Amino acid sequence: MSIASRVGLRLEPRVENPRWMNWVVPIGSFLTALLVGAVLLLITSQNPISVYQRILERGFLDSGSLSGTFISATPLLFTGLCAAVAFRVGFFNIGGEGQFYVGAVFASGIALALGADAQSWIAVGAMVLAGAVGGAFWAFIPGILRARFRTNEIITSLMLNYVAGIGATYLIFESDSFWRELGGTGAVFPKGKIIPLTAQWPSFNLGSLVVPFGLVLGALIAVWLHVLQKRTRFGYEMRVVGGAPSTARYAGMRPSRVIVSVAMISGALAGLGGAADVGNFRHVLDPKGLQQSGFGYAGIVVAALARLNPLAVVFVAIILGGITNAGYALQGPDFPAGLVGTLQGLILFCTLGGEVLVRYRIINTRRQVRAVAAS
Amino acid sequence: MTTDVDSKAAIAPAVAAFGISKRFPGVIANDDVNFDVRVGEVHALLGENGAGKTTLSNVLTGLYRPDAGHLEMAGQRVSFDSPRAAIDAGIGMVHQHFRLIPTFTVAENIALGAPMVGEGRLMRMSNIEERIAELGEQFELRVDPTARIWQLSVGEQQRVEILKVLYRNATTLIMDEPTAVLTPLEADALTATMRSLTRQGRSVIFISHKLGEVLSVADRITVLRQGRSVATMDAAGSTRESLANVMVGREVERVQRRGTGALPGAPVVLDVHDLSSDGDRGLAALRSVSFSVRGGEVVAVAGVAGNGQRELVEVLAGLRPRTSGQIDVDGEVMDRADARHPIRMGVAYVPQDRLGTGLAPDLSIAENLVLKRYRRPPVARPPFLRSSVINAEADELMERFDVRAPSSQTPTRRLSGGNVQKVLLAREMSGNPKVLVVSTPTQGLDIGAVATVHQLLLDAAASGVGVLLVSEDLDEVLALADRIIVMYEGGITGVVDAQDATVASIGMLMGGGQSSEEVA
Repeated sequence: MSIASRVGLRLEPRVENPRWMNWVVPIGSFLTALLVGAVLLLITSQNPISVYQRILERGFLDSGSLSGTFISATPLLFTGLCAAVAFRVGFFNIGGEGQFYVGAVFASGIALALGADAQSWIAVGAMVLAGAVGGAFWAFIPGILRARFRTNEIITSLMLNYVAGIGATYLIFESDSFWRELGGTGAVFPKGKIIPLTAQWPSFNLGSLVVPFGLVLGALIAVWLHVLQKRTRFGYEMRVVGGAPSTARYAGMRPSRVIVSVAMISGALAGLGGAADVGNFRHVLDPKGLQQSGFGYAGIVVAALARLNPLAVVFVAIILGGITNAGYALQGPDFPAGLVGTLQGLILFCTLGGEVLVRYRIINTRRQVRAVAAS
Repeated sequence: MTTDVDSKAAIAPAVAAFGISKRFPGVIANDDVNFDVRVGEVHALLGENGAGKTTLSNVLTGLYRPDAGHLEMAGQRVSFDSPRAAIDAGIGMVHQHFRLIPTFTVAENIALGAPMVGEGRLMRMSNIEERIAELGEQFELRVDPTARIWQLSVGEQQRVEILKVLYRNATTLIMDEPTAVLTPLEADALTATMRSLTRQGRSVIFISHKLGEVLSVADRITVLRQGRSVATMDAAGSTRESLANVMVGREVERVQRRGTGALPGAPVVLDVHDLSSDGDRGLAALRSVSFSVRGGEVVAVAGVAGNGQRELVEVLAGLRPRTSGQIDVDGEVMDRADARHPIRMGVAYVPQDRLGTGLAPDLSIAENLVLKRYRRPPVARPPFLRSSVINAEADELMERFDVRAPSSQTPTRRLSGGNVQKVLLAREMSGNPKVLVVSTPTQGLDIGAVATVHQLLLDAAASGVGVLLVSEDLDEVLALADRIIVMYEGGITGVVDAQDATVASIGMLMGGGQSSEEVA
């Protein structure tokens, strides 16, 4: 007998989900994470209240902090959407990371190829397109492998992350590729060519607030995904395929085709993230920097926290982006960089743990047995 | 004193039920059920689906507590407040659906959750394996204790289930429809096992709705009908007819046919010619089947489960490729093996697995009702779906088919079995089909819902649709069908007009007999 049943507690699936739970449980989980985090901060002799206050200030409230947060949030927004849309249909795309790299390679490649003479809107448009195509291509591989040979996409997409990472590194560090800067300091220290000014993505200034084009694009795509899933035939197929594959087959849908299509949409989103990373921020293909950031994996966290809802992904990406951004500002001799990551991990852990309460209710079996005995 | 008790135990029944009643909201599942199982006998519990067999076995195994009545074992009053208490008292359940872990060995599965053998807290696999081998020898249940479950045939897996309860020292074994999944050869071996068990003083409660096997295996038979135990009789003096009469509760020799049927000039809406197909294991499961259905006619496919019925309906629904043969729907050749094609040609299909295949459980009733029409107008305005149209049609269909639910936005997984089936039939009929293929449409439904579903099927036929009804429930087949096709081992052993059909003649054909004349 398990410990739980000896104690007399048991989880039972809920028949009905009250609406308020969709709000109360995630917020409760978030507060729990902050509480556990406070204990951790106390152990490392930090003052939790002042740390949380500083995170709030540096992430969101200080002048200019929100602009920095938007920069941190943009890649998370794209990789979060990437994971959210794929997980919806039961395609567990862990390859957002690699698709992000490939998008960056394609987008920087097209920007360099067009050169400084191209009109700005053409260059930016071409990068958006190239990033999406690159990511879609990289996700197509695990998608078609699963559809044709029933391989496990978790493994294949994960392995392709390494292939993409090593491939991008090769372009800059191991070869005299088109992407590599060979003149100047580049002759001594390997680095990528900087994309022309015309190809660098614009930012919109709203007073003191700077909103990068990539974030706007991502938010628009999130709205588009929401409409796609809720209002279109394809979204209907996605929901049936994701929840009941054999019913989908029975109804004449083609689950493999839907899954491959969704895989490619998912990859295209991560690829767009890579394009935005090059276009809006780095302006160069930087394999080491990309691999250190781990945006693809962080996107899975974002999607999970957003419960796979594309609109919620926008908000979660901004919140996590804010914490990340504050982390940059906080870290120093007295505040190790790892603490911010630990806090993010706690938030994920508590939120996913809270999910159990949404889907199941806790039953005191002892009381139930007594009630049966009494009746 | 001990001798006194012992002598009483020797004559007292192994298990006896006195006035067992069990109610569920809106249903009386067991109503004053009485029966007793003698030591060393095979006692059959015979009844239709919904007669209360499963509820009774759940009471016997401690899963339910009866609302009234009590149980006795060997003359002693017992009451089980948990399944474990029933196991400790010596009652073991052999489930129809095996509860085995495929990647574990036979011994590991049997030891799982059982009291430890030997000393200390360490499991000694060799001891367990030895004990299993002994039991296997004793009761003719030979299985390699070190084999993994996935390596075993279905019959062998069932032996493991039986060994599992014997390992826990069960003296009375309940077997729930044990032959449903077995081949005839495996069923013979199971009969031998039951004989061996009873010879050695164990008792077997054999749950079934199949007359033939009950007559051949059981010593005594208790018939359940609508939750009540209506009779207990010796198998020796009983016949299929007498059992069927008691089981159904009225004379079934002269079947009451509904009398309408296809009009003489009605067109053939489904024509199947020389159809063959493979089963899941790649072996021929459907062998050169030919038949036709006219508009307005109900044609039933009767047979023991696993004789090609599932493959037949799946081929008709485009879900399984055929290896040969031709299918014509309303005069047009159905030539593509994909699920969309039959839908477009007017073949509606209500699958046996209603929630797992027929519906998307997490989607709403409204969304499920357009599952086969979502691609085209008026439901779709590509690429969008028109939720106003979907919801309006849902309200109308729910009204017409009397689907009871809080609203059309309720997920279908929350509906009762009867309402699930009504949603399915509503959707299939809303596509204006020419042929309606239904597979075991009333399995697991309560009596009221069964009547509703039967009426809906007859309504469909009355509107000119050709209905192909696949069912194992002979009573249902005889009540609804105009003609009855009997399948055995993937082929058709006979086609009988419902007027001439009896349980006996059909039962004979279901067992592979060649013609109904042999019965008389």
